[in-house]
Amino acid sequence: MYQYDKYDQKMVDARVAEFRDQANRRIAGELTEDQFKPLRLKNGLYLQLHAYMLRVAIPYGTLNSRQMRMLATIARKYDRGYAHFTTRQNIQYNWIKLEQAADILADLSTVEMHAIQTSGESIRNVSSDQYAGATADEIVDPRPYAELIRQATSFHPEFSYMPRKFKIAVIASDEDRAAMRLHDLGFKLVRNDKGELGFEVYVGGGMGRTPFVSPLIRDFLPVDQMFSYTEAVLRVWNRWARRDNIHKQRIKILVHEWGAEKMKEKIEAEWQEILPNASDIPRKELERIATYFEAPAFDDEAAEEIDLSDPDFKIWVDQNVRPHKHPGYAIANISLKPVKGIPGDASADQIDLMADLAEQYSFDELRVTHAQNIVFAHVKKSDLYALWQKLDAAGLAPANIDLISDIIACPGLDYCSLANARSIPVAQKIAERFSDAEAQRDLGELKLKISGCINACGHHHSGHIGILGVDRKGTENYQLLLGGSGAEDASLGKITGPGFDEDGIVNAVATTVSKYKELREDGERFLDTYRRVGMAPFKEALYD
Amino acid sequence: MTDILRYRDDDAPMEPVVTISSFADQSNSSAVLIEAGDDVRDLLPHLDRLKLAVVDFPRFRDGRGYSSARILREAGYKGEIRAIGDVLVDQIWHMRRCGFDSFAPNSPLDPKVVEESLNRYEHVYQPAADDAVPIWKLRHG
Amino acid sequence: MKILTGNDLKTGDVIWWTGSDWSRHIEDAVDVGENFEALLHQEEAARRVNTPYAIDATATEDGPRPAHIKDRVRALGPTVRPDLTLKPADPEAGNWII
Repeated sequence: MYQYDKYDQKMVDARVAEFRDQANRRIAGELTEDQFKPLRLKNGLYLQLHAYMLRVAIPYGTLNSRQMRMLATIARKYDRGYAHFTTRQNIQYNWIKLEQAADILADLSTVEMHAIQTSGESIRNVSSDQYAGATADEIVDPRPYAELIRQATSFHPEFSYMPRKFKIAVIASDEDRAAMRLHDLGFKLVRNDKGELGFEVYVGGGMGRTPFVSPLIRDFLPVDQMFSYTEAVLRVWNRWARRDNIHKQRIKILVHEWGAEKMKEKIEAEWQEILPNASDIPRKELERIATYFEAPAFDDEAAEEIDLSDPDFKIWVDQNVRPHKHPGYAIANISLKPVKGIPGDASADQIDLMADLAEQYSFDELRVTHAQNIVFAHVKKSDLYALWQKLDAAGLAPANIDLISDIIACPGLDYCSLANARSIPVAQKIAERFSDAEAQRDLGELKLKISGCINACGHHHSGHIGILGVDRKGTENYQLLLGGSGAEDASLGKITGPGFDEDGIVNAVATTVSKYKELREDGERFLDTYRRVGMAPFKEALYD
Repeated sequence: MTDILRYRDDDAPMEPVVTISSFADQSNSSAVLIEAGDDVRDLLPHLDRLKLAVVDFPRFRDGRGYSSARILREAGYKGEIRAIGDVLVDQIWHMRRCGFDSFAPNSPLDPKVVEESLNRYEHVYQPAADDAVPIWKLRHG
Repeated sequence: MKILTGNDLKTGDVIWWTGSDWSRHIEDAVDVGENFEALLHQEEAARRVNTPYAIDATATEDGPRPAHIKDRVRALGPTVRPDLTLKPADPEAGNWII
């Protein structure tokens, strides 16, 4: 994986010093909260319900064991012994003191990590496929391109005071595991007729209060022009987005108002203006970055067979392990969704353990998924049983990846100052209701996603079943959505009708699932059945 | 008149500033006010007589002026570009990189603090309107 | 009653106005009546509290109870982690929150 050189390190160290200065000016009273807030948000520091919260970037969700251990150390030293993996492949700490924030950043910089542009109106951490470099269905590892664009969009002078936040995703497979089309800018690596590598470019996706699946804006962009084209997209948006209403300033609104055709024309025209001053990054820089992502030294003698005689292990393998491109290896998913747990939370001890196990079993590398789980991308099949036993002993082996209890949930009103309702207790009640391993496996892939407010950090629009918490006259109320998807068949869920209270929404999910079981045809997932039969039968079951 | 922090050796132009729309018709004017919502490209046919471009920042969070400055520099404009309005010290580095070379904000800047902030980052990741060499170029000579 | 709350500038802790100082315990909060604007400005300027605001609350034997659920959650801590609340030893402590 990528390693900083002296330049990257200097940039991050300078940012630590700058932030320390800004925090000191705030504490000394030289900055008001109004002045400080946008500065701290550019560096991932929020003020939440109970304390400050720090979001640390995990670029495209990839990190090594040393970095993972530092995340555990920070949880112990500055927080309360745990941390939360987010739906954008980052990690956040809930109990941070302003007076220690710069010290945390300094500690992070010793392992080549930072919190730069993890919040505020900035170009955020780049997302990618958690199976990058391991899955057989990719045409190339997307992460060098994600790293290239990460650097090129860090401290960008023209695009640091944007209309709103801006999220980029880079993928390289037909199967979309990164919700690429729900990003402001999505790159999908493809090959053209001549076999050359380029991108399909998608612009204007997003969740939030007005969700959109992004349209295709360019069907082939040569890879060497990724940066200049990105600048063109950003400049068109920066110049022409609305600035009068914070809820209408994302690029998705501009694409919606203009239409994809006009957006495409504007971007192409701007790109032609930019190209003569071409600032594209030369191929040799991409090649330099790519050397850090070369495949590890796989053992060509690694055995294909897995001894599945332990029935619990077999269930875990069936549910959490995915094929690897190299014979004798597998991709192992670690679910952070135990029954009674908090989706995405891990204790410092669990984080340390995962670091140790990744070092031992997965070439010292871990991935964070947007579903708030962890991936070991390169595990020898012959090591899977030993790995599973150690994970299981630490509560890290729920066999529920992509099942109904593998719930995505934002922190909700238990932590977040924007939330209208709690998300975590609803997730816990639903997970408990469907905790029977056989029963949830029988339901098959069912992505359930919960947000505690319309900002949609819990991706409820893209859940096969989505839940949105709202404030109804001072009490928590939950709306049910059906039919969303964040995958390659991206779609937005539709609200079923009037909302429910906390127990009501758990029952409503159960009713919806029962209806699906009644209606499904052979091999149909919930989403397939919903798409075939539509909303009506579910609505009838829920409200009549 | 507010204090102007300038990074140019020539004398500050004193001509009256007109809007972009009137600049085209007033063939004797040489200073223009660019508001956040203006299309700065309307000026490009008249760059030969432009000496001062004043870019207004109605709120410091409104970053449209950064693109305006960059577009002027990309078009070859060598005259002064002045930032006015809600401009804070934490923004000067980015503004300098986009081609601004004078500053007359609502609240005066402390030149010493500005200097510190301009010296904070030794390197840059992208080429821009200044002559800073991007890191990728340093890496590859 | 009206009570004042905010977060401690340096630590981020939830705090409540006691009439002369700030406390982490809502039980110490006092009714400030309607004339609290000057007090908010004064305390914000003194940098003891970040973004203080006034909320409606009901006086009870056990102390003030905020009208809005968000401030009730703030008063004790996350409902899903009783071990991290202000009263980790008391399993009943959060009964009034929701």
